[in-house]
Amino acid sequence: MIFCSAPRSWLRPPMPEPVPAAPADPPERAEFERSPSDIGTIGAVEAPLARGERLFGNIAFRRALVLIGIAVLWEAYGRWLHDSLLFPTFTDTLRVFVQGCLSGSLSGRILTSLRVLLIGYVAGVALAGMLTTLAISTRTGNDILTVLTAMFNPLPAIALLPLALIWFGLGTFSIVFVLIHGVLWAVVLNTSAGFRAVPETLRMSGRNVGLSGVRYVTQILMPAASASILAGLKIGWAFAWRTLIAAELVFGVSSRSGGLGWYIFQAREELETAKVFAGLFAVILIGLLVESVIFRAIEARTVRRWGMQR
Amino acid sequence: MNSAALLEAQGVTLQYKTQQHLVTATYRVDFSVHKSDRFVILGPSGCGKSTLLKAVGGFLKPVEGSITLAGRPISGPGPGRMMVFQEFEQLMPWKTVLGNVAFPMRVARRLPAREARERARAALETVHLAPFADVYPHMLSGGMKMRVAIARALALEPEILLMDEPFAALDALTRRQMQQELFELWKMLGFTMLFVTHSIEEAVTLGSRILLLTAHPGQVRAELNAADLDGVDSSDPRFGKLTRRIHDLLFGAALLAAPADA
Ligand SMILES: Nc1ncnc2c1ncn2[C@@H]1O[C@H](COP(=O)(O)OP(=O)(O)O)[C@@H](O)[C@H]1O
Ligand SMILES: [Mg+2]
Repeated sequence: MIFCSAPRSWLRPPMPEPVPAAPADPPERAEFERSPSDIGTIGAVEAPLARGERLFGNIAFRRALVLIGIAVLWEAYGRWLHDSLLFPTFTDTLRVFVQGCLSGSLSGRILTSLRVLLIGYVAGVALAGMLTTLAISTRTGNDILTVLTAMFNPLPAIALLPLALIWFGLGTFSIVFVLIHGVLWAVVLNTSAGFRAVPETLRMSGRNVGLSGVRYVTQILMPAASASILAGLKIGWAFAWRTLIAAELVFGVSSRSGGLGWYIFQAREELETAKVFAGLFAVILIGLLVESVIFRAIEARTVRRWGMQR
Repeated sequence: MNSAALLEAQGVTLQYKTQQHLVTATYRVDFSVHKSDRFVILGPSGCGKSTLLKAVGGFLKPVEGSITLAGRPISGPGPGRMMVFQEFEQLMPWKTVLGNVAFPMRVARRLPAREARERARAALETVHLAPFADVYPHMLSGGMKMRVAIARALALEPEILLMDEPFAALDALTRRQMQQELFELWKMLGFTMLFVTHSIEEAVTLGSRILLLTAHPGQVRAELNAADLDGVDSSDPRFGKLTRRIHDLLFGAALLAAPADA
């Protein structure tokens, strides 16, 4: 009451309160009954949207427009600056990128990176799946995994690289070790959070039909937690990709077949800024592709189709 | 053999252990359910009905007393005692309606996929959901989800069907319709069901025998017959008479005790 009326009197001179009009009687109306018309005629009332409307309703199209906008700005700034050592234009970068891909100098690096990434990612995810499955069946296992996750999750993966080099020497395995660390804890954290959020009723109806042990985990808990697990996989992927590029930038020098990070590092040494840009371009492109094509497709086929996520 | 009960609960005391407390949900409850019974457990909210049903389902062990199904003590959850819960979450959102109904048959009866699907289709037919077989549960209304859960349980042909307030989350119109449909299904298939509710009307409408539990902790107050009211409209005087009797049994004592409280 006070809050409603007081500020008004401060801000405005007091005005005469409007006298509320007596509620008028609603008019008298005749009753009627109707028999509903055949649903068939109503149900068919749908018309296709206009082409432009459909195009703008398409998320991919709208996002592509944004990307094109960025490319245009980049090109314009590059041309205005006119200094290819500092800021190559979009077309220059694209030319170097395409040439690199055709000649194999860049595409080879990309493949090397992706191969290492895939090994590390799959190993990390598999390990995470195993650990969480083991951990949820016992309280002690759960305690151990929770503490381990709390300890290692905040530790940046790249910080483990020196240790990995001491233990495993220069080579792919050191990087894979670091990648596993990057993926493992993020996936474990999300998966176990997802498991804990599975409704009690769903758990009971799973056990009701006689599911237990690993089958209970894989057939009830995992699909029920799939939204969280997917989120974990996405975070794990982003961690792994960043960590890989960083690791290659810092230590990839000495390994014979360097990856994308090493390509960028080399290009800087040679002051080939367009190549640096092309390398970064590839990093971004692959990141975008995995995130918005692969993960998006998985989501559309699973959690969104099942109504577990919008 | 005919006189032996299918499900026998004797002196069942059920407790929950929480961080701070030991909660007694039911205290020395006995009842026995015979084949083809529509046995209703009726009591006020929080009197331990769900707990009792979970114990029959095998999710909870009595601290005292015993529960036996056809003479065998219950040791854990099993497909012979299919549960239908109040919550819609009991359906697996990642499976279609047909998949949800077929899944328990694959797991519990180890039926080949083809046969499970055929039986599931037939079960959906009986609950009038055949056109929705390939739809995911999130696209169904509450009443339809409940029909899927019932079809899923019945398709497994359990020894006893356990239902925990399955219609409580539905709107009044749908609830009436579902009660009617469940009764029709029972007339058609003659299964045994143990039905939990806190609604006196629902108990009288659906039950052939009604177990009344007192408020928390649940103890047996009475066991009444309602089979002679099968198919009787709620406007029938006998319906009102039984309803009032149950009401008095459940709340009469409380009404007498109330002035002392106040
Ligand atoms: N998981 C649980 N932990 C502790 N206490 C519980 C739990 N579930 C139920 N209870 C308690 O047991 C009693 C009976 O609960 P419940 O069986 O759910 O009642 P009803 O189904 O009759 O409404 C209530 O007092 C409730 O607070
Ligand atoms: Mg309950």
